Amino acid sequence: MRRRALLCLEDGISFEGEAFGAGGESFGEVVFNTSMTGYQEVLTDPSYAGQIVIMTQPEMGNYGTNAEDVESRRPFVQGFVVRDCSPVFSNWRGHETLDGYLQKEGIVAIADLDTRSLVRRIRSQGAMRGGISTEDLDPTSLCRKVLQWPEMKGSDYVSKVTTSAAYDYPGERPRYRVVAYDFGIKTNILRNLSRRGCEVTVLPASAGAEDVLDLKPDGIFLSNGPGDPEPLQGAVDNIRKLIGKKPIFGICLGHQLLGLAFGGKTFKMKFGHRGGNQPVKNLVTGKVEITVHNHGFAVDPDSLPESELQLTHVNLNDQTLEGFRHRYLPVLSVQYHPEASPGPRDSLYLFDEFIQMMDQA
Amino acid sequence: MPRRDDIQRILIVGSGPIVIGQACEFDYSGTQACKALVSDGFEVVLVNSNPATIMTDPELATRTYIEPLTPEFVEEIIRKERPDALLPTVGGQTGLNVSVELCEQGVLSRYGVEMIGANLTAIKVAEDRRQFRAAMEEIGLEVPRSGFANSLKEAQKILERVGLPAIIRPSFTLGGSGSGIAFNSVEFDEIISGGLQLSPIHEVLVEESIIGWKEFELEVMRDLNDNVVIICSIENFDAMGVHTGDSITVAPAQTLSDPEYQDMRDAAIAVIRKVGVETGGSNIQFAVDPSSGRMVLIEMNPRVSRSSALASKATGFPIAKIAAKLAVGYTLDEIPNDITLKTPASFEPTLDYVVVKIPRWNFEKFPATKPLLGTQMKSVGEVMAIGRTFQEALGKGLRSLEHDRTLAEEAVDPERIRENLIQPTPLRLAYLRLAFLEQWSLVEIAALSGIDPWFLFRFREVVQLEEELAASRGADPDLLRKAKRYGFSDVRLAQLFSESSDAEGRVWRDAEVRELREKAGIRPVFKRVDTCAAEFESYTPYLYSTYEAEDESEPSDARKIVILGSGPNRIGQGIEFDYCCCHAAFALKDAGFETIMVNCNPETVSTDYDTADRLYFEPLTFEDVMEIVEKEKPQGVIVQFGGQTPLKLALPLFHAGVPIIGTSPESIDLAEDRKRFGLLARRLGIPQPEAGTARSVEEAVGVARSIGFPVLVRPSYVLGGRAMAIIYDENSLQSYMASAVEAAPRHPVLIDKFLEDAREYDVDAVADGKRVVIGGIMEHIEEAGIHSGDSTSVLPPDESDLDPAHLETMRRHTRRLGLELGVVGLMNVQFAVRDEVYVLEVNPRASRTVPFVSKATGVPLAKIAAQLMIGRSLDELGLTVDPKVSHCFIKAPVFPFAKFPGVDTILGPEMKSTGEVMGVSENRGDAYARAQLSAGMVLPRTGVVFISVNDRDKPKVTPLAEGFQKLGFRLVATRGTAAYMKRAGLVVESVYKVKEGRPNVADLIKSDKIDLVVNTPLGRDSRYDEKAIRRACVQHGTPCITTLSAAHAAVDAIHALQREKISVRSLQDYHELKLADR
Repeated sequence: MRRRALLCLEDGISFEGEAFGAGGESFGEVVFNTSMTGYQEVLTDPSYAGQIVIMTQPEMGNYGTNAEDVESRRPFVQGFVVRDCSPVFSNWRGHETLDGYLQKEGIVAIADLDTRSLVRRIRSQGAMRGGISTEDLDPTSLCRKVLQWPEMKGSDYVSKVTTSAAYDYPGERPRYRVVAYDFGIKTNILRNLSRRGCEVTVLPASAGAEDVLDLKPDGIFLSNGPGDPEPLQGAVDNIRKLIGKKPIFGICLGHQLLGLAFGGKTFKMKFGHRGGNQPVKNLVTGKVEITVHNHGFAVDPDSLPESELQLTHVNLNDQTLEGFRHRYLPVLSVQYHPEASPGPRDSLYLFDEFIQMMDQA
Repeated sequence: MPRRDDIQRILIVGSGPIVIGQACEFDYSGTQACKALVSDGFEVVLVNSNPATIMTDPELATRTYIEPLTPEFVEEIIRKERPDALLPTVGGQTGLNVSVELCEQGVLSRYGVEMIGANLTAIKVAEDRRQFRAAMEEIGLEVPRSGFANSLKEAQKILERVGLPAIIRPSFTLGGSGSGIAFNSVEFDEIISGGLQLSPIHEVLVEESIIGWKEFELEVMRDLNDNVVIICSIENFDAMGVHTGDSITVAPAQTLSDPEYQDMRDAAIAVIRKVGVETGGSNIQFAVDPSSGRMVLIEMNPRVSRSSALASKATGFPIAKIAAKLAVGYTLDEIPNDITLKTPASFEPTLDYVVVKIPRWNFEKFPATKPLLGTQMKSVGEVMAIGRTFQEALGKGLRSLEHDRTLAEEAVDPERIRENLIQPTPLRLAYLRLAFLEQWSLVEIAALSGIDPWFLFRFREVVQLEEELAASRGADPDLLRKAKRYGFSDVRLAQLFSESSDAEGRVWRDAEVRELREKAGIRPVFKRVDTCAAEFESYTPYLYSTYEAEDESEPSDARKIVILGSGPNRIGQGIEFDYCCCHAAFALKDAGFETIMVNCNPETVSTDYDTADRLYFEPLTFEDVMEIVEKEKPQGVIVQFGGQTPLKLALPLFHAGVPIIGTSPESIDLAEDRKRFGLLARRLGIPQPEAGTARSVEEAVGVARSIGFPVLVRPSYVLGGRAMAIIYDENSLQSYMASAVEAAPRHPVLIDKFLEDAREYDVDAVADGKRVVIGGIMEHIEEAGIHSGDSTSVLPPDESDLDPAHLETMRRHTRRLGLELGVVGLMNVQFAVRDEVYVLEVNPRASRTVPFVSKATGVPLAKIAAQLMIGRSLDELGLTVDPKVSHCFIKAPVFPFAKFPGVDTILGPEMKSTGEVMGVSENRGDAYARAQLSAGMVLPRTGVVFISVNDRDKPKVTPLAEGFQKLGFRLVATRGTAAYMKRAGLVVESVYKVKEGRPNVADLIKSDKIDLVVNTPLGRDSRYDEKAIRRACVQHGTPCITTLSAAHAAVDAIHALQREKISVRSLQDYHELKLADR
C-alpha cells in the first residue's frame, strides 16, 4: 500500500493523494506551472522558494532526473504536486527517478489528485497558501496549520536562497567581468553569461554597491529570485547607487528591483505567470517571443518615469509589463527568463544585448 | 501586419478522394481555411473532386468546382475565375502537387496568380531529398548519414561513414525494387552490386539505418513577421521503421527532458526558416537515437498534414484556420485564440492531459497481403482519445477502435511472440500483452520491439492490473476506481471478472459493472481541452471524460440534441457519414437547438470544436454515450447519421430510455432483420430475391438448396459488405460458413439468391412519416454482385436503357417502404432489376451516397432529414416533389490496390474502395471520363486496348471491341477472346497469356505497349495469369477495367475525351441552371 498524503489550501479545500518524495509536512504558497517539460529545472529554481508547485502536465518523472539539469545547488520548492509520478524513467541521461530524487532532497510531494481542479481554483481565487502532509491526514487540522504560515506578500525569501559567500563562475574565453547579485540566481543565467565570455563574480544579496564597484565590473547583473520585491529595500538602495555607473541587466526579481529603484511600484498578481508558453511582444522589433515566466509580482508600468524608461516588452496575454530599457543609461531589464531552462530559448538575444551594452560602455 | 487588401479572390485546391495516407483530415483543413477566408471577406474558389466533403458544400465557398485535380482542369478554373492567389497548403500532397505543376508550367504567372503560404522554392527544398539535405547541412542540422555511389568501391567508402546496418536504395527504380537493408558487409556488397545494376543510371543511395530509433514530430507555425511557434509535440509509441500514419502516437512528447525538447524546438524553427515556408503550418519529423540522444531530421512537410489535424484536435489550436489567416497577411499576435477569447494565437498550447492516436487497418479486406507494418502507410483511419494519463488515453483509444475481438488468449508459441515483437502488425499491442503475461522482461521486449521502455512499463502496469481485477471479481471498489482511471471499459471489466478462475462460470454483463460502479459513486467527470492547462477560462466546450474530482461540463438548460458520430474511418464507413453528422449539427443549430457532437475521429470536420455547439471527444460505446446523455439530458439523440457505429447503439440506448429521434430504433432493427423485413416486403407485395438465414453450416446448405445457386452470403449487421461473397457451389458454401460462424457466432449469416446480370439501383430518400421524397435514383454501371460502394453510380439513370415502368416501380416501392417503416429522416433502398424490380435492402439511415446526391441535386438531404427528426414536416420545408438533375453526375470509387502488393484488383460483393470522386457534365461519357480521371484512371484517347473476357462475357464482347475500333484503337486479345472477335470480322492481334510464352501480355503492359486493359474475371476463381495482368496494370499505372459495363462506359468516355474541349462549371452554376429549368 502506497503512503497517503493530504494537500490543504487556505480556503479550506483539501485533496487526498498518494505521497511521494520525502515524508513530512510542508507549507507554502501554492502556484502552478504549465511547462510540459523541465520539472527538474523547476524544482531547482530558487525563485520557487516558499512555494508549493503544481505541474499542470499530468505525466511527470518520465525521463527521470540527472546531475546536469539543475538550476541551483538543490531544489527550493516547498512541495511538489503532480497528477502522476512515473515510478520508472527512460532517458539516456536519466540517473534517478523523480521520486528518489525528491526523497533524497527532502521535498514533500503528492500525486494522484485532480491537479486541474486545483489549478482552476487558483486561477479563480488567486494564489493561496497551502500545505502537504504525509503525517497529518486530518483536513481541519492541516488547514489550521496552513493559516499559520506567513503570506508571500511582505516576506523576504531572498535571504534564504542567496549564496552565503561570493564565488566566481568562469567565463569561456573571458572578455568581460560581470558582477551578479544573487537573489536566487539560476545557473543557466551564469552559463549564458559564461558562454559569451563573461567571468562572473556572484555576490550575496546583502553585498553593498561599493562591494560591487570595487570589483571593477564591466557590467552588473541583477538576478531572479523568490517572493515579494518590496521588503528588499537594501537591495533597491544599492541598485539605485549603481544605476548609470555600469551597464545593468536585470531579470525577473532583478527587473522588479530595478523598477523600484526607478521609483516604480510593484504589485502582487492574482496567480502570477509560471510556464514556458507566454507570448511577449518586443515593442522595438514588433516580434513575438515565446517566453519562460516565473513570477507572482509585477512592475506597474504606469508607476515608471516615462521620461527615463522606455517600455520594451509587453505580455500579450494580459498586457503586463515584461521589460524596459533606460532611454540614456545602459540599463536593460526583463520580467521573464531569457535564460529559459526550462522552456523556449527565443529570448537569448537579451544576453547579447547586455554584451553590446558592455561593449559600448 | 494586417490583412492583405491587394488580393480578393483565393483559389483553394482540395485533396481529392479519400485514399490511404490522405483522408478526411484534408476536408477538415480545407473547410477551416475556406471558412476563415470567407468570414474575412475574401472570395474563395474551391476545387476538389470529392463530393463527400464539407468543403465542397456550395454555401461554403464563393465558387465550388467538383472537377479532376489535374493541372488542365485547374487551369481552366483559373482562366474562368481569375483568382489573385492560390493557397496550396491545405489540400494535402495532392493539392500541393497540382499547385506546383501549375506554377512550373507557368500557368500561375500567366494568369497573375500568387502562391501564398508556401512558395515554389520552399516546397522544392522541403520535398527534394538532396536539396533538403543540403539546406539542413548549411544550418548545421543532422540528417541520417548517407551518400550516393556509382560503384561498389564508392559505396564501401560511404559505408565507413554510415555504418551497418545500412539502407540501400537504387536511384530511379520502380516501386523501390533493388533496395534493402544490409546487416553485414557481405550482404552490403551483394545489395550494392544488384542495386547498381538495376538502377538505370547506376547509382545507389547508401543511408544510415535509423530503424528502432525514437520518432517525434513537431507542428510548427510561422507568420510573415517571422514569428514561429510550436503547436504540438508528438511522440511515436512505435519506433522508426513504422510509418507515422501507422504508429500509435502520443501528445505531448513523453520521454524528452527539457534541453532535449528545446534542441528539437530550436531545430524545427531553424528548419521552417531555412526551407522558407513563409506562413502557415509545417510538420517536421525527427528521429532520436535512444542510446545517445543523437537527433536527426527525417523530413518536413511544408503544408498542413494528417499530423497537424491531430495536433489541432489534441491541443484545441486550429492550425489550418490560423494557417489560412497567416497566408493573407495576419500575424499570429493579431489573431485571437478562439478558446480563451482573451489571449492571442501567438503562443504555444500546453496540455494538461495526454492524447493517444491509434490507427485502424482493414487488412482483412485484402487477405492476399500480409498485415505487416512498415515504412508505407496501410491504415485507413484512426481514433484519438484524451485522458489524464497515457494509460487512460490508451484504454479509451482502444475501445474507440470498435474492434470486436481481442487476440485469443491461448498459449502462444514464444517464437511467434518474438516475431511479432520484431515485425509489427496491427496486433502489436496484443502481442506485447502476451509477452508481459508470459513474464518476458521489459528490457527484452524493448530491445525486440524498439518501443521506449517508458511506454512498455506503462502498458505492463495495465496488463498487471488486469490480473488483479480478474482476481478481485469486482469486490474491491478502490480497485474498480483505479481500473476506470486506467481507462478500462465496463465491457472489459465484465470480461475480466468473468475470466476469474474461481468465478464458477458466472458471466458478468457490462450493465452489472456499471451498476457496481454507480453504487460506489465511480462516475466520470468531463474536463475541457482549452489550449492553456486551465490558466485562462475557456469559452469553448470541448470536453473529454476522465475519472477525477471536478466536472467542468456545465451543461446548459437549452433545448439540445446529441449527434453520435461515425468513429474511425474504415472501408465502408468513412467521410460520407461524417458529412451527414456535420449537416445535422448545422441544421439543428439553425433551428435553434444546442448541438452536441460525440465522436473520436481526429481527422473529421465533426470533431472541429466549431461544428457543433459542444464537442465530446469520446469513444462511441454504450458506456461512454450513456455518461454523456446522463450529463447533458438532451431532448433527442441522433443515431442514423453516423453509419453502423451509432446504429449498433440504437437499441441498447433506446432500452435504456434514451430519446432516439427520427426513425425508431425498432424500425431500424426491423429493416436490418432479414426475416421480419422479408415478411413486411411480402405483405407489401414487393419482390425480394429468395433468401434465408443460417446459423450453422447445415442450415446454410439447406437454404442454398432450396433457393438454388448462385447465392450471395454475408453476416448480418455489417457495413461495407464485410465478408460478403457470391457462392456458386456447396463446397465453397461450407468453408465460408465455417469461418463466418467463427468470426461472429452470435450473428446469423444471410443467404440471398444472387441475381446474376441484374442491374442495380440505389435510391436515397427523406421521409417525415407522412411523405417520402426521393432525393435521387442512381444506376450502378457495374452489374449486380459488386458492392454498391465499389460501383460507379450514375445520376440520373440512363432511361433509354430502362423500362420507365421499372423506374416508377422503384419510386413506388421506396415510398411504400418509407411509410411502412415509419421513416423519419433518411433512407436508402437498393434495387436489382432484371425481369422485374427486386428490393435488395432497405436502410432507414444515412447512406454513403447522401453527400453525392445532395451535391448533384442541390438539395441538402442530411440537413432536411435532421429537421424532420425534430418534428418539422416536408411540407413545412417546402420539399414535396422529387428533385431533378439537369446534368449527368457520376460517382466513381477509388481503390487502395497499389498499397497492397499481391492483391487482386477484381471487384466483388465485399467493398474495397476507400473513397469516391464525382464527375459531372452534360453528357454521360464526359462525366464518366472526368470521374475516372479524378479517380486516378487516365483513360487513353487512342492507342492499344487489350481485351480478355470470361466465357459468359464473350458473346457480348464484339460490340465493345467495335466501339474501341471505331475510336481508332488497335485491338489485342488472348487467343480465345481474339478468335471470338475475329469471327465477327474485327482486326485483332493475338498475344500470349502469361503462361503461354513470351513476350506475353504482362510483358506488353510493362513495356508500355498497351494503353488500356479490359479483363473480366473468370467466375469465382481468378486464374494466375489474369491476376498477373491486373497486378502489372496496378504497378505500371495502366488503366484496367474489370467489368464489361464499365468498359462500355469507357468507350463513351473516350469518345467524349476525343471530342470535347475541357470546360468547367461551378456547383453554384449547375444548381442555378437547374432552378432555371424548372
